[in-house]
Formats: sequence, structure tokens, C-alpha cells
Amino acid sequence: MRNILATKRGIIGVGLAIGVLASLLQFWGNPANMGICVACFVRDMTGALGLHRAPVVQYMRPEIIGFVLGSFGAAYLFKEFRPRLGSAPIVRFILGAFAMIGALIFLGCPWRALLRLAGGDGNAILGLLGLIAGIWIGTRFLKAGYNLGPTHKTYSSVGWIFPLIMVGFLALMLVYPAIPGETQSGVLFYSVEGPGSMYAPLAVSLIVGLGIGFLAQKSRFCTMGAIRDLILFKQTHLFVGFISLAVAAFVTNLVLHQFNPGFVGQPVAHTMHIWNFAGMMLAGLAFSLAGGCPGRQLFLSGEGDGDAAIFVVGMVAGAAFAHNFGLASSGEGATTAGMVAVGIGMVVCLLIGFTMREKIA
Amino acid sequence: MSSIVDTRGLSCPQPVIMTMKGIDKKDADELIVLVDTDTAKENVSRAALSRGWEVAEIQRDDEGYRITIRKEG
Repeated sequence: MRNILATKRGIIGVGLAIGVLASLLQFWGNPANMGICVACFVRDMTGALGLHRAPVVQYMRPEIIGFVLGSFGAAYLFKEFRPRLGSAPIVRFILGAFAMIGALIFLGCPWRALLRLAGGDGNAILGLLGLIAGIWIGTRFLKAGYNLGPTHKTYSSVGWIFPLIMVGFLALMLVYPAIPGETQSGVLFYSVEGPGSMYAPLAVSLIVGLGIGFLAQKSRFCTMGAIRDLILFKQTHLFVGFISLAVAAFVTNLVLHQFNPGFVGQPVAHTMHIWNFAGMMLAGLAFSLAGGCPGRQLFLSGEGDGDAAIFVVGMVAGAAFAHNFGLASSGEGATTAGMVAVGIGMVVCLLIGFTMREKIA
Repeated sequence: MSSIVDTRGLSCPQPVIMTMKGIDKKDADELIVLVDTDTAKENVSRAALSRGWEVAEIQRDDEGYRITIRKEG
């Protein structure tokens, strides 16, 4: 059977759908220029679980749960569920952690970089340039034989673990829903102010997340792959999806009066250009060494890829470190500790790139 | 003459890199690429077409797919 979503028209359609839905999620209650941000939302979930205690970024984001479960559903429906693991898990964990730290210094993943641009935030340009620079470094390693080695097949139940964790998180949300004005509901933490307190209704977020997870699994939508394939293979397939997302979000923002051009005073953003660039360069390099943007890692986790799931667990750990150690930026700008962390992260990623390659015959 | 490129177990973008390398070697006008995910199947097919090769046959087996690509002309 031909996979329509993996054609050029398919990937454009998926990019347009994600762009429109992300912009609408902002209209329905999600933070400005943050309709969907995989890094920010995983960070918010880390806060909801109390693994970091930054009071303004705690919420169990149903979009992320939907991404994994939507992909899981699509993979089962189209017989693409392939439980697998074993390709350098500790390396993927570290890459996930530093990808998250880099993203939180810029204040967004590649998805949010596009949404910030589509909302008029000029600082996103620096982030996108950093992302391209990081991915470019990654492609040099790929050309030189960088490879984390093969996975192997495993039991179906292994592939179920990550989706079931998401079901568990959803159950926690239903058992312990947000209580207006309260920072805690049962075991879950909630924000009463800041971006963590801004969210679309649970059902809306979950349904949008499920829909995007389903579409993205079948279309293989990946923001890192978009740039990597363009640099490495001169292929524009994923890139047109990437551009479609930005264009659709921009047009939807214009219609909803959510477009505010400028650099200063942008929502959940800072104007330290060098660190916007450097944070995203670190994230881009980590994504390219791990073979997927954070969204793609969630979709792969849903189709049974245990290594992608480990990357996501690494992102959770990275988010906890980022807030517990004061590495994450705020509207005020990047922190000194964050700058040091970017340096350490770059050294670690470069070491991974240089040392983990096969001898080229 | 045909040769086999085994990409099973390797994640994106390795199957495409290995296929491209096989095509660029220029010592075979037919390659059999073994992949184990649908994503790799699509990516390898797309890569072959982008290099002016044709996808002659895709066979499903227990491990995934066996893709035969051939130099056109």
C-alpha cells in the first residue's frame, strides 16, 4: 500500500496541519508562540512530576501524551509497530539531556523556533541559525562514519512500555486535575502563574496531540531531518514540511491577531543573540547525533523504538538539571551557569561525534 | 552485477547513507538493500530515485523489506 502521507503533498499537508493547530492551541489557551513546544512541554511535565520545582513551568501537557499515543495507534493500524532497542542507550540519554539543556537556553525546540518566528519573534532567527549550525556539524560526523550502531528486535511488551507510561500520566491528570489557585493536586504540581499556568482545555490538547502523533508517524515529519537531509543529501522532502509548518502558523497568527513583530519583550524569549544561537547549536548537534528532533523521538517511541524513548527520558533528566541548577534561561536572558553548560554540552557532543564512528574502508 | 547493502537495525539516516555509498561506488548497476522499517524503505526508495536509479522490486520478508534498485538505462 502506498503511503500518501509520505509523499511531497503529504508532508506539506502535515506541516500545514501542525502549523494551523499549533497557532490555534495558542488561541485556545497555550502560551504565546508556544502552541506546541516539545522541549518546553516535556520540561513542564518534568515539573508536574516534581522532578524540578520551578513554579512557573509545571503542567502535565496532554499534547505530548497524545503525540506518543497517536503514533502508537498509527503504527499498530498500519502494522509498523516494531519493538526494538539496544543502539547505544546511554549515549542517547546524554544526547537527550544536552539537547534539552541547549533548547532551554534558547527557550524552545525547533518546533517552537518556527512558531516564534511565525509569531514575529526575531530572536528565533538566531535560534534557527544555531540549529542549522549544530546540524551542519552533525552532518560532518555522519559523513565521517559516525554511527551509534544497530538496534535489535525485542519483545512487543518492551515497545508498549513508553506508551503505557503516557497512559499512566494521563490517568494521573484525570485523578488529580488542576485546582484553580492551587500549586498541588494530589501528587501532581501545577503552575498558578507563568507559561505553566496557560493551557488549552485538556480534551482539546489531547485530541490535537493524538491527531498530530498519528499524522507525524505516517509522514515521518522531523524538523532536524528537514535541515539534515537538505545539507547531507540535497533532499528537500522533509524541508518542505518544515517550511509549511512555519507558513501555516504565520498565516493563522495573522488571522487570529497573534503576530507581533520585534525582538524586545517577546513572550518567553530573551534577546541575548549569542546564547540564542549557541543554545540551539548544542540542541541541533545533539538531535542530529541522535537521528531525530524531539518530536520525532516521541513519535518513534510510540512505534516501539526503545532508544528514542531513552532519548526522551534523557530530555526529562536534562530539564530537571536545567531548572535545578539554574541553567535554563528566562525572559531576563541566559544565566552564567547556562553558558558553562553549553560549553560542556558541546565538548561532550563533539567527543561523541569524534569517537563513535566506524572505520571507513 | 548486483551487491547487497544490509542496513537492518540501523536508524535514520544510515540506510540512506549506505545506499548512496553503494550507488556512488559505481561497480554495480543493481543493488539489493535490506531494511527493517517502513521509514527506511521509503527513504531508500526516495534516495535511489533522486540519483536516477529505479526501484525495480520491493519484497517483504520476516525481517522487513528487500529492495532491489537498478541503474536506469
